[in-house]
Amino acid sequence: MTGQVLYSQLFYGGSGIILVLLGLWSFLVHAPLLRKLIAINLMGAGVFHMLVAIAYRGIDTSPDPVPHALVLTGIVVAVSATALALAFGKRLDQDDD
Amino acid sequence: MIRPLEHIIIPLGLIAVGGLLGWSFFLAVTGEAGERLAAVALARVPDSGVSNPVTSVLLNFRAYDTLLELAVLLAALLGIWSLGAAAPGFQPAASVLDGMVNGFVPLLILSAGYMLWVGAYAPGGAFQAGALLGSAGVMLALAGHRNAGLPSEGRLRLLVALGVFVFAMTGLLLMVVGDGFLTYPPSLAKWLILLIETAATLSIGATLAAAYLGGRPAARPTTGETA
Amino acid sequence: MMIDALPLSVTLPLIGAFAVTVSPGHARGPGLLAALLTAASALSVTAAVWSDGVLRADLGGWGVPLGIALEADGLSAAFLAMANVVALAISVYAGGYFKQESARHFWPLWLLLWSALNGLFLATDLFNLYVTLELLGLSAAALGALTGTREAVAANLRYLLVGLLGSMSYLLGVALVYAAYGVLDIGLVAEAIEPGPIAWTAMALMIGGLILKAALFPMHFWLPPAHANAPAPVSAALSALVVKAAFYLALRLWLDVFAPVLNEAAANLLGTLGAAAVVWGSWRALRAERLKLLAAYSTVAQMGYLFIAFPLLVATPPGLARDNLLAAVVLLALTHGLAKAGLFLAAGMVQKTAGHDRIDDLGGAAQALPAATFAIGLAGVALIGLPPSGTFLAKWMMLEQAMILGLWWWLVVMMIGTLLAAAYIFRVLSRAFNREPTPYRFVNDARTELPALLLGLIATFGLGIAAQPLWVLLEQGAFG
Repeated sequence: MTGQVLYSQLFYGGSGIILVLLGLWSFLVHAPLLRKLIAINLMGAGVFHMLVAIAYRGIDTSPDPVPHALVLTGIVVAVSATALALAFGKRLDQDDD
Repeated sequence: MIRPLEHIIIPLGLIAVGGLLGWSFFLAVTGEAGERLAAVALARVPDSGVSNPVTSVLLNFRAYDTLLELAVLLAALLGIWSLGAAAPGFQPAASVLDGMVNGFVPLLILSAGYMLWVGAYAPGGAFQAGALLGSAGVMLALAGHRNAGLPSEGRLRLLVALGVFVFAMTGLLLMVVGDGFLTYPPSLAKWLILLIETAATLSIGATLAAAYLGGRPAARPTTGETA
Repeated sequence: MMIDALPLSVTLPLIGAFAVTVSPGHARGPGLLAALLTAASALSVTAAVWSDGVLRADLGGWGVPLGIALEADGLSAAFLAMANVVALAISVYAGGYFKQESARHFWPLWLLLWSALNGLFLATDLFNLYVTLELLGLSAAALGALTGTREAVAANLRYLLVGLLGSMSYLLGVALVYAAYGVLDIGLVAEAIEPGPIAWTAMALMIGGLILKAALFPMHFWLPPAHANAPAPVSAALSALVVKAAFYLALRLWLDVFAPVLNEAAANLLGTLGAAAVVWGSWRALRAERLKLLAAYSTVAQMGYLFIAFPLLVATPPGLARDNLLAAVVLLALTHGLAKAGLFLAAGMVQKTAGHDRIDDLGGAAQALPAATFAIGLAGVALIGLPPSGTFLAKWMMLEQAMILGLWWWLVVMMIGTLLAAAYIFRVLSRAFNREPTPYRFVNDARTELPALLLGLIATFGLGIAAQPLWVLLEQGAFG
């Protein structure tokens, strides 16, 4: 593996880890539903970052398609979960009125 | 004021977690994983019926994941419907926005069709196409169209569950005829993938637009495009 | 023509979910049919594992590492059988419980949940497990909120968020495993894994995410309100099956993936949390004012027992004693699944008749329903661990092994838990038998009372007296 590939993987993967930590922090300290949901999605984005980073194999080499597919699946799952949680939140807001 | 949990304990814990994660990730990428599954996957792409490697993984090598993922999408929408009816829509848009929407929605549907087709050999596929259809629905909802241009409840139910059904039935039929669950015969692989992707695109688009409404669709919808 | 029961067990409920989604007005018939077919195909998997050994299916025909496989060994077959028997009983009960509007929401979500359960027990791919976990979590939270009360919606929103955090932690572990070892199949990861920071971090992330979903103390806070406020059949499924699936997966990863990198500290940590769960859960169950809340706290305690097994498993050298211990743990999990489902179904019947489930005012309602009360009694026998229930046998073997190992403190915890369980069960039964005149009929509503009664009977007599087949089944691959 060339240095360029390794540095890219570490840079993007490391950024992913930072996103995960920011999301986790936000999830733990903030009570409002919307902030928790954004936090969870941020964590998800961080994990997807890591997966995309390890898929990278250099500018001239085709990337590993498996992590790309996992990320696509993960995105759809994350969208579904977020939509359901928002509907829960909306229902609670309606009950308050 | 310093709250010990929020300002000291959780950040310290997160730094520890981050250190451990970073260290493990560093060891993992510098370790001996080599090519991981890249070489195996790329070598089998020619046998998968499509030439886009990501589509090969999603619709063939790991098609079972994608089937369950469509089920997740369906579960989320059914959950949203169980929580109540959709809020009344936005007021109808004024002529400028309405005109733009009327121009954009057909373009989005056209792009979705293109995305679906191009996914066989270039980046694209059912999810990207479904997302475009969904965004056409969102646009219609924002411009004040009732039910985001979705059809009546009966047909909508068919549409959102279609992806899971076509996918699962294809898998089962292939098993019954002796190829094995979701094992496409090479000569048919391309067409079976296209069939599944078409159904999945319709379901994903309809589900995303319906989820955007945030509840069960209103009782008397207008008929309109299937977005 | 060939039929492979492994993918069938996951796909049939999906087809059923399609059918009931499309025709919501007539959901019960197709729903029950799908339930029957699903249970039949899953039980045929268990039967095949019993007679022929491990079953495996390479989906798509690619084989690992590229494709995804399904596999049933003794451990998965045992959980699969329990889950499908309970799910079938819940389906029959639900056929009588849910009326028009709630039935149209219940059936499709319930079949999707069932599909996720079967998929989870049969999965061998770490990422595929993530998808089944999310399908399970989303459909469980949506079902839990079906009563539509504010408490139920709020509790299940919290459950959904906690579940999402747990899955995210699990997924992070999967990403790390793929980065380090380049494979996702459990068997291939197990071959590649070696002790070191990567394996420990991945284990902490994955098992940590799962104990959040299994409601292990102190991460149990979300469980009692979510389970106590759900409709009765859903409570039964959540308590008996959904948390059990998270435990199954933790056990599976522990035994099959992380076995080479295990250490005593991690096991003792899990055991200590389990011990705390036993004491705290039992105590809160004793203090609970409502029957369903009692049942929910009892689940917290019962999950604790299961995690006490981890330090015992690590301390026991491989061999007959370890095999017996593992079988005892599985037996405990299965018995609890059956008994807790029976208890929740019977409690739901009592609640429906009385209009409430306050334990102190149960007298009349419980006595008017002898079959339901009898089911509560039977489930109680299995929850306490009185002979001849499966729990008695399982706890006895765990206690014996703890004695042999000299780990007496686990023994003390289990004794305390058992005494507290006896106290909270007898508290319910004494209220139920105190004053009313002789009831008219034993069975009042066969469709809802018989499933509860049957589950109680299997938990107390079936798995206790006839536990031997479980040992035969677990010899298929689970004793490694």
